[in-house]
Amino acid sequence: MSQPAGLPRWIYLPAAVGVLFVALPLVAIAAKVQWPQFFSLITSESSRTALLLSLRTAAASTTLCLLLGVPMALVLARSEGWLVRLVRPFVLLPLVLPPVVGGIALLYTFGRLGLIGQYLDAAGIRIAFSTTAVVLAQTFVSLPFLVIALEGAARSAGDRYEMVATTLGARPTTVWWRVSLPLLAPGLVSGAVLAFARALGEFGATLTFAGSRQGVTRTLPLEIYLERESDADAAVALSLLLVAVGAVVVLAVGVGRLRDE
Amino acid sequence: MSELRLRAVVADRGVDLEFSVAAGEVVAILGPNGAGKSTTLHVIAGLLRPDDGLVHVGNKVLSDTATGIFVPAHARRVGLLLQDPLLFPHLSVAANVAFAPRSRGRGRRVARQAAAHWLKQVDAAELADRRPRQLSGGQAQRVAIARALAAEPDVMLLDEPLAGLDVAAAAAIRKLLRGVLAGNGRSALMVTHDLLDVLTLADRVLVLESGHIVESGPAATVVAVPRSHFAARLAGVNVVSGTLDDGGVVRADRGARWYGRPAGDTPPQRGQPTIAVFAPAAVAVYRDPPHGSPRNTVAVTVAEIDTRASGIRIRADQQPDGAPGLAADITTDAAAELQLAPGEQVYFSVKAQEITLHPA
Amino acid sequence: MFAAASLKSSFTEIGERFKTDNPGTSVAFSFAGSSDLVTELTNGATADVFASADTKNMDKATQAGLLAGEPVNFASNTLVIAVAAGDPKKIGSFADLNRPGLSVVVCAPQVPCGAATQRVEDATGIRLNPVSEESSVTDVLNKITSGQADAGLVYVTDARGAGDKVTTVPFPEAAGAVNTYPIAVLKRSANSEVAHKFVDLVTGEAGQKILAQAGFAKP
Repeated sequence: MSQPAGLPRWIYLPAAVGVLFVALPLVAIAAKVQWPQFFSLITSESSRTALLLSLRTAAASTTLCLLLGVPMALVLARSEGWLVRLVRPFVLLPLVLPPVVGGIALLYTFGRLGLIGQYLDAAGIRIAFSTTAVVLAQTFVSLPFLVIALEGAARSAGDRYEMVATTLGARPTTVWWRVSLPLLAPGLVSGAVLAFARALGEFGATLTFAGSRQGVTRTLPLEIYLERESDADAAVALSLLLVAVGAVVVLAVGVGRLRDE
Repeated sequence: MSELRLRAVVADRGVDLEFSVAAGEVVAILGPNGAGKSTTLHVIAGLLRPDDGLVHVGNKVLSDTATGIFVPAHARRVGLLLQDPLLFPHLSVAANVAFAPRSRGRGRRVARQAAAHWLKQVDAAELADRRPRQLSGGQAQRVAIARALAAEPDVMLLDEPLAGLDVAAAAAIRKLLRGVLAGNGRSALMVTHDLLDVLTLADRVLVLESGHIVESGPAATVVAVPRSHFAARLAGVNVVSGTLDDGGVVRADRGARWYGRPAGDTPPQRGQPTIAVFAPAAVAVYRDPPHGSPRNTVAVTVAEIDTRASGIRIRADQQPDGAPGLAADITTDAAAELQLAPGEQVYFSVKAQEITLHPA
Repeated sequence: MFAAASLKSSFTEIGERFKTDNPGTSVAFSFAGSSDLVTELTNGATADVFASADTKNMDKATQAGLLAGEPVNFASNTLVIAVAAGDPKKIGSFADLNRPGLSVVVCAPQVPCGAATQRVEDATGIRLNPVSEESSVTDVLNKITSGQADAGLVYVTDARGAGDKVTTVPFPEAAGAVNTYPIAVLKRSANSEVAHKFVDLVTGEAGQKILAQAGFAKP
């Protein structure tokens, strides 16, 4: 087996340890599953509802992340002003906040008595305990992932292609759709995958802000948390399901990237 | 017909200049790094707002700080060609060239035809379906030229377009530019460091130093009788500055005297600033002070020794007034005999017949 | 000392009393959901005593062979309706919880307080329509105190612990769904003698008084 140039042999040891550290717990889950009951456990009504809800809300929040995050990332990457530099740490804050704290913050903003929530409530718009709340919670925690992935790509791409496009007569909007976005496509895809994966696994903020109700707000992670209380086998089976779904998403994108190269 | 008129003051780049380019004219901009050449191009293209000044193309006002007019870059019909072709990596060659017509709202078919036309003009029709990453440097620059021309600009700006190419590719592109650069009444402005570009492509030359124009004139004149330090260095011509004295003598700094023949067409006037111009090939190099007919002899310290196609060029230290050091071209055999090294003192000697005197 | 979350304040107090009564001993508590505690114990955690919020989880512990002896019932907890302080929505009975436009929060059936809620629903025939089914009583209470929900079903002890942030509305049907709290010494305990002393304190007069003050009823 030929070695990549420049890597000392001992590097493989900590690398292998790291891989094992991540892989073994997943293998352990698979080992703990009661395989005869596996299929019935994951196709029960509550499981199916939770899975579909998770997929729907994660897709919705990834879309929302794209709509908001792409402009954010580009503004952050291209602006030099002090205001932008000030805003940047706030955008990344949800990364370091425990998701539960994020949920509490969302509650105080959009909840019935919240900063904005109270006006929404008066207008008849109820966000708390709704599927919308789930999407908001997921978006809150996933947005920084997308912004970071994209900002890095935008920064290294630079703005020289946009400059050339401008001198060729393209208006700013045309430059955006025909040059900036296509050049960002790889970063966009990996950012969206990260955001989707994060949204799929989101738990703390959802529990605190959206509550837990089958079909409405009980996403797969919340369903696992609940099943844990009474049916450990169901919890394990559902955990494996969540791992499998996440793996499919990540692999699908990974294969796509390899194909591009 | 599109004459370009520019006046620009950009305070934080230290740029303050004014010039014009006639329709159909190619002007080369020379100057050391940081002189403000790229800044000038950016102001014309609309990518940079000057603190004060105006840009007129033909009878269109592109920007005027006095009236507040500022036409955005995308509406200016100013083409930009850089050292890096910057072809859009996600589009094919044909789509790249078709970019400008498509951005202007032309239909897909019309744009495709325009792309095919311009690719043919630059002799790159067979590259149409390739991707930019499959092209060599020369091919990419060829496509970039087609793309810029497809935008039908009134003014073409080039920023060292041949600098990244090897000699053969550069020669091919140079030939191409000769054919297409200033067609259609377009004016063109080219920043370059290459004498060959100046000689083959430029009608006029502007020399920029520290944000100001220090020399301006027809390309042939500037190259033959450069009046700015940078042009002298680039053209490889020796220039000594001083004042014209009695007897056709130029008194340079520190009293050195240079005898020469006054230029026929524009002779210098007595008492006026004058330059003595002579070719490096006219300079003889001696280890000891020579005795003989040459009346122009000066002691210099060797700074650089370079090989040339025709022999060896010995360049002396910078002249006291900041002008580039004098250069002497000698044969390889002669250089071997002299066994010179940087730092040694030698004597440069030039026949008065070989020196022409011009007004500064 | 593994104890159900609802026992936090009363057991902490009992623990203090235990330390004064038995100088030189130290008591360390681990408060969590009863089901979590059983899972930890079956996966090898070491503790001396286990107090559960219902008999179902204690049965699981028994089946797993974790107990040193028989569990003893030491308290019981009843459900009560908790509403915002002052009862602005005028909720007076269990049936009122089904009023349209009310946001009601309950525990999920998988946890003890939720199981009790379901028993009340079964007994009364009234099916609630909650906006959320929480996995812990604390979460239910929080949703009421923070104003997100109008009403919820919690334990008497939790409501009392929240003080004047909530108003409690007792309802007669709660008597049909009482959760009995058992306590037992664990086989794996290294200080079996001290552990038994603690259990005695809990079931003894002093412990029972403290529990009663918190709102627990006799087992």
